[in-house]
Amino acid sequence: MNLLSNAMLFATASATQDIFFELGNFIHSLKYMGIGMLVIFVVIGIIIFAINLINYLFSER
Amino acid sequence: MDILYKNLLAFSWQDMVMIMIGCLLIYLAIGKNMEPSLLLPMGFGTILVNIPFSDALHGPIAALYNAGIANELFPLLLFIGIGAMIDFGPLLTNPKLMFFGAAAQFGIFFTLCMASVFFPTIDAASIAIIGAADGPTSIAVANTLGSKYVGAITVAAYSYMALVPIIQPPVIKLLTTKKERMIRMPYEQKSVSKMTRIMFPIIITIVASAIVPQATALIGFLMFGNLIRECGVLDSLSETAQKVLANLITIFLGISVAFNMTSEQFLKVDTLLILGLGLIAFIVDTAGGVLFAKFINLFSKKKINPMIGAAGISAFPMSGRIVHKMGLEEDPQNFLLMHSIGVNVSGQIASVIAGGIILNLFS
Repeated sequence: MNLLSNAMLFATASATQDIFFELGNFIHSLKYMGIGMLVIFVVIGIIIFAINLINYLFSER
Repeated sequence: MDILYKNLLAFSWQDMVMIMIGCLLIYLAIGKNMEPSLLLPMGFGTILVNIPFSDALHGPIAALYNAGIANELFPLLLFIGIGAMIDFGPLLTNPKLMFFGAAAQFGIFFTLCMASVFFPTIDAASIAIIGAADGPTSIAVANTLGSKYVGAITVAAYSYMALVPIIQPPVIKLLTTKKERMIRMPYEQKSVSKMTRIMFPIIITIVASAIVPQATALIGFLMFGNLIRECGVLDSLSETAQKVLANLITIFLGISVAFNMTSEQFLKVDTLLILGLGLIAFIVDTAGGVLFAKFINLFSKKKINPMIGAAGISAFPMSGRIVHKMGLEEDPQNFLLMHSIGVNVSGQIASVIAGGIILNLFS
């Protein structure tokens, strides 16, 4: 009985956790996806340029 | 006798469930050889913190947590060891492979959108970084953002890293045809000068940190470890970083992450949701890399085997090996290892940069 009431308390507590369901947040967060992927490709692009440059400057010719 | 009863009766069913989870982590580590170096200390730590009136939780484990995780020290020190372990040679011979590493971070940002449907932004961003497929980055980012789900995020990150051989192949097969999987990519052996190998970690640190300052510590410690490896005059330090330092920090990291594995913090619907979102992150990461390679093939004369895109998730070196193995299954003469490992190490760099971007956007 004690176990059951514990379980019920847990279920109630779980239902009142910080989680929610707000579908609109998906659309709102799409801008972070766009910014994030753009920045990561830009940074990687610059790094590739830098690697090509050091490969050119320091290659064993 | 009263004391004995009092202590034994203090066990709640939640404590028992957490102790069983601890045992399960130990079983996965020993019985299934899944990331044993982390899951075993984490499993044992979970048992320690869920014993009622345990002096371990607020004693040594809390001390270790505050000394090394709350301030992100342990993940960063571990990065020195990881940097010392990685040979960036395959990447330096073909730098364009890095774009696949970038594409395979798509899962992080997609999961961010998904997680924001259920969680506040800070927690959603912390959950999304599970997709970095990189334990230390996940811990560092979630901690810096102050997420209360660090324990669940760490469990998800390391568990899915260990499950990469199960998660990735079906996704790759679903998105590619047999013909695509049979595309051969001959490897042109090029020598990389010692100076290039030395300059690489220095330049990467400066470039990445200048653009994403929040990634300075993560990328800097990774590249510092690599510089120790490549400089050629610190062999004993390199060996120490790769073995002793990495092992020692892994023990402390594993057991102190358990600080967040108490029943009050872990046994929630939220945890199941985080595990589900973590799985989505890994699947979308894999799909992002494969689809990007297919997209490149639309314009490229020299076709790329799209499977190598999947190696862009940073689970190093498992992901690179899986792609190589899948290539051999389709065509025993198709050796993709050097390409897939090149993409895999670029995924390591890209995931750290993605972590920095997340911190830049949300901290």
